[in-house]
Amino acid sequence: MLDIRNLHVKIADEDKQILNGLTLKVHRGEVAAIMGPNGSGKSTLSYVIAGKPDYEVTDGEVLLDGVNILEMAPDARAAAGLFLAFQYPMEIPGVATMTFLKAAMNAQRKQRGQAELTTPDFIKRVNKAAELLGIPKDMLRRPLNVGFSGGEKKRMEILQMTLLEPKMSIMDETDSGLDIDALKIVAEGVNARRDPAHAFLVITHYQRLLDYIKPDTVHVMSRGQIVKTGGAELALELEANGYRDYQSAA
Amino acid sequence: MSAKITPMRSAAESALIERFPALKAALPGLASAREDAFATFAAAGLPTRRVEAWKYTDLRAAMREAAPLAIRPNAAEIAVALKGHSPLAGQGAVTLSFVNGYHVATKGGPPNGVSITPLAEALTGGHPLLSKIGALKLAQGDLALSLNTAFMTDGAIIHVAEDANVEGPIALRFVTSGATAVATAARVLMVVEAGATVMLVESHEGQGALAHQPNTAFEIIAGDKSVVHHVRLGLNSTGAVALSTLTADLGAETSLTSVNVALTGAVTRHQVFARFSGGNARAQINGATLLSSTQHADSTLVVEHAAEPGGESRELFRTIVDDEAAGVFQGKIIVQPHAQKTDGRMASNAVLLSEGAAMYNKPELEIFADDVACAHGATCGALDDELLFYLMSRGITKAEAEALMIESFVGAAIDFIDHEPIRDILHGLVQDWLQARAARLNAGALTVS
Repeated sequence: MLDIRNLHVKIADEDKQILNGLTLKVHRGEVAAIMGPNGSGKSTLSYVIAGKPDYEVTDGEVLLDGVNILEMAPDARAAAGLFLAFQYPMEIPGVATMTFLKAAMNAQRKQRGQAELTTPDFIKRVNKAAELLGIPKDMLRRPLNVGFSGGEKKRMEILQMTLLEPKMSIMDETDSGLDIDALKIVAEGVNARRDPAHAFLVITHYQRLLDYIKPDTVHVMSRGQIVKTGGAELALELEANGYRDYQSAA
Repeated sequence: MSAKITPMRSAAESALIERFPALKAALPGLASAREDAFATFAAAGLPTRRVEAWKYTDLRAAMREAAPLAIRPNAAEIAVALKGHSPLAGQGAVTLSFVNGYHVATKGGPPNGVSITPLAEALTGGHPLLSKIGALKLAQGDLALSLNTAFMTDGAIIHVAEDANVEGPIALRFVTSGATAVATAARVLMVVEAGATVMLVESHEGQGALAHQPNTAFEIIAGDKSVVHHVRLGLNSTGAVALSTLTADLGAETSLTSVNVALTGAVTRHQVFARFSGGNARAQINGATLLSSTQHADSTLVVEHAAEPGGESRELFRTIVDDEAAGVFQGKIIVQPHAQKTDGRMASNAVLLSEGAAMYNKPELEIFADDVACAHGATCGALDDELLFYLMSRGITKAEAEALMIESFVGAAIDFIDHEPIRDILHGLVQDWLQARAARLNAGALTVS
């Protein structure tokens, strides 16, 4: 599903190289985790896949179902089925969450040549997903993420993921700033979408999230490369031993 | 060697000076106030950039010709003027319509506790509140207001009785219309007695592209513990050089909310003079301005805290500038020596959407008391790239994401309006503006390809 080949990335306008020939595959139906120390390039990887303009890809490609998405604008990538749950979701004062959700869902439908959702259909979908994630209705009427706690913002990201139905979801440190209850709800939101048609790339510092979202594969990232790949047991090993071994190996 | 430089009179200045004696004889009432105000204007002339209060708006250059003062329209002219749809139609419990500065119709009776007298009637027949016109010292000497005082034709005197809780807004609709450009000078005085609550809504609508020169002034005198909501909508003709002034004299423990939404007009200037005359008053003064093409819009604000405790003032001005347009914000908070405990916060934020757009921010604090909290902030920049990326990562196109961000940005100033239907109408006008922008961008893209 997601095929990253020899990806080299630097910060635009600077000489700072962040990704150094990263290669990674995530298959349909797979939940892959990326773990790594601070500064290893995990968030950069997620931003580059989603199309953030601050970076320059100097080499390599990112294929989504065989199509190189690097030349596509972020909105086109989203319409192609990609979703990034942000580590720090943005606030939009003055725009009600419902307005934003409808704009996003219909924008993607439009890009895919589908008809816009009717208002009753839209509301039904939102209510169903909100209930699953324990999001109260008054939150949906408030401006997007304004005054939301860290946990509420993350839950809102999962709500968006649920409604937008991406085939490939990237979770960028979704566990940061979450208490155990919020973590469980977020994990349930992900697990509810686990099936052979969907894939996930879960980026995290800690093994804790992976207690709730069991990964099929764990990749260790250091200095802009994948330095080790293994099964779920690799996460436990990292939790016990830290990243020391891999930082020197890279 | 020093010599006083007396610039040559411009055509507009000469015309106004030539015209005044005949008009003074024809216009009703307040002859000496008119003369004094005109003398202020005649001594100074139309303001240029050399006048600090007009540093970024050269009225002398913008008003090359003085359009003739409009005469009272006839029935046919009134019908044409009022034919168009007013965005705020139906919102007033009572709606007064004005054409070219003259009161022509009233729809609905005044709500309980409110009495309304057309100004022309008051000027001719006398009115106990006439002496309150132009009474706020803070605004005296201002050139736009002086011109309005000298030439005021009609308008209204609104009285709100003590403790009246006025149901529904008092709406005033001003339409400038005609085959040729005209100048108008409407004046409204609203005296709100102690403990009353009222909402005043003014809309200024101009048809077509003519260079009309409306100059309106609203004066609010708010009695102790009164609550006043004020909304102004500026939809002048696209060629208009439009001046507007709001003065507010706030009694003890009053609350004033004023939101000005400015959309059209070639050169517009909205001024607010607010004086905290009584202790512990509160004012929220906002502006939302959206500019395109070569528009120039100036928001100028003077807030004077002159009582102890000094009260709380909040100013939030949001400006969107596209194309070759220019926005101006001048805000001054004055804290008099005895106005201790004043809490003033003023913010002007602008977003520039194009290379050619410009914004001039001039915030000032003049603080003569030592126990106050005053702050001002002025920002000016492009739309936030991070937020744009966030929205686009959800599949929203760049154009739509920008529109959402612009709506959110100016909406923050509009959202202080409690009256939900009016707030929604103003949001709708912002969306109309954004659609027009999208159409321009699409047309531009087509032209390029």
